[in-house]
Amino acid sequence: MDEKLTLLSFGAQGWGDELAHGVLITISLALASLPIGLIIGFFLALAKKSDEPSLRRAAEIYTTIFRGLPELLTLFIVFYGVQIMFRRIALLFVENLQFEVNSFVAGMIALSIVFSSYASEAFLSAFRGIPAGQYEGGNALGLTRVQTMRFIILPQLIKLTLPALSNLWLVLLKDTALVSVIGLTDIMRMAGIAARVTKEPFLFFGTACLLYLILAMVSSIALSGIEKWANRGETPR
Amino acid sequence: MTYTAAPPPLARKWTRARLAGNVLLTLWLAAGLALAYFMIAQYEADFYARYLPKFADGFLVTVQIVVLSVVIGALISLPIAFGRLSKNLLASVPSYAFVYFFRGTPLIAQTFLVYYGAGQFRPELQDIGLWWFFRDPFNCVVFTFALNTAAYQAEILRGAVQNVPRSQSEAAESLGMPRWLILWKIILPQALIVALRPYGNEIVLMIKGSAIASIVTVLDIMGETRRAFSRTFDFQTYIWAAIIYLVMVEILRRLWDVLEARLTRHLKRDTATDDTSAPGQPAKMQREPGEPPVDRTAMPN
Repeated sequence: MDEKLTLLSFGAQGWGDELAHGVLITISLALASLPIGLIIGFFLALAKKSDEPSLRRAAEIYTTIFRGLPELLTLFIVFYGVQIMFRRIALLFVENLQFEVNSFVAGMIALSIVFSSYASEAFLSAFRGIPAGQYEGGNALGLTRVQTMRFIILPQLIKLTLPALSNLWLVLLKDTALVSVIGLTDIMRMAGIAARVTKEPFLFFGTACLLYLILAMVSSIALSGIEKWANRGETPR
Repeated sequence: MTYTAAPPPLARKWTRARLAGNVLLTLWLAAGLALAYFMIAQYEADFYARYLPKFADGFLVTVQIVVLSVVIGALISLPIAFGRLSKNLLASVPSYAFVYFFRGTPLIAQTFLVYYGAGQFRPELQDIGLWWFFRDPFNCVVFTFALNTAAYQAEILRGAVQNVPRSQSEAAESLGMPRWLILWKIILPQALIVALRPYGNEIVLMIKGSAIASIVTVLDIMGETRRAFSRTFDFQTYIWAAIIYLVMVEILRRLWDVLEARLTRHLKRDTATDDTSAPGQPAKMQREPGEPPVDRTAMPN
């Protein structure tokens, strides 16, 4: 038992600091993908609820593809695809260029794409929950469409989508583990290295699972705080 | 009375949305054509002769993993769901912990924990005669996936059972039915209709999640793809994998729509007087006056 604790301790003997670094990478990857995914998802939802059929169709193609592909496959396609594409383009200008996509960036792109296609559904169903009178009210006050969106629709939309987005955030947090496969030194990768070196896979993968659980718990607490903040305008019943 | 021709319909204006939509659709079309060109330009009969059978094998492995995991998971989920519903803490706390663990950690971490963890406990597993099972990565994957999907399915089932109004079981009780019969004849048939859609989503998630099996050397679609790519460095392999997964998911989705329409046909009403709609589905707020009556699945309460 003692030697297992040593293995997990911080310092030269243990893998604690490596794992802590992995936690940091995992959190920063999830936090970096979140805003991009939210913004793309929001515009996808706008496109899907538009009256214009071509715009709806374009957005639907996007979500059908990226909700149907395994996240792992999306990740590989982004990782290798972007690499091949850039190399092709670069070869037009320079010769013999060594180019490699950073696994963090590839992971960020892939995770934001996946997140956005799910988030668009969440936004879309929230849009359906906002009565048309809200838009008409904004119109009657002489607000422009952007102002109506910004001051009237968005604040209500945030409240309505939060539960679904909270779930998606937890999914995103778990999906970051996949990026370890293309070499990102996140929790999974660090645990894998430690397991191979120390020959204690059960201990380290168990610890990794525990770390993800802790991250999920902390997020749930934070998210319920945010939800309370978003619902502060509600009259208590 | 002379008839004059109706005025021609107004030309649709080129709004910004229409422009953006057309540009984006053109981009999709261009991307599709570029991909098709890329595949045709790189066409080699050799590649297909060599890798088509492998992809077929991989497809079968993926189907096996998904079917086995979902079926075994469904069996495991029953006691867990009823544990979650139980008022007995000895049943509800462990089942809650099970669900929390498997839903709170990444599937890839669980797979590694089982696959590499089993390797560490090899002597112990050999002693109790289970090593033959955990030696094979395929078994490890099915084992992990079944437990994982069991946690999700248990939550689906629990939600669906709780969705059935209390009056249903009270009525059955007043008829003197025993509890197991109430569950079997009254609660489950109603709950499973509500659970149908989430179950379909769960199977889709399982198809997508099964790609993780490739990381522990199982040669499913993704595994064959990765192997082919590491030998040929031909990006086509990934495109083909994407097409196969998309077709699989799309077929399942269509199949599920048909299944749902069939199983809920007794709930369909053509009249617009009824305003209840199935729980979990966004209720249509109001009907436009001229709109034809919509088919809606409605739960009789």
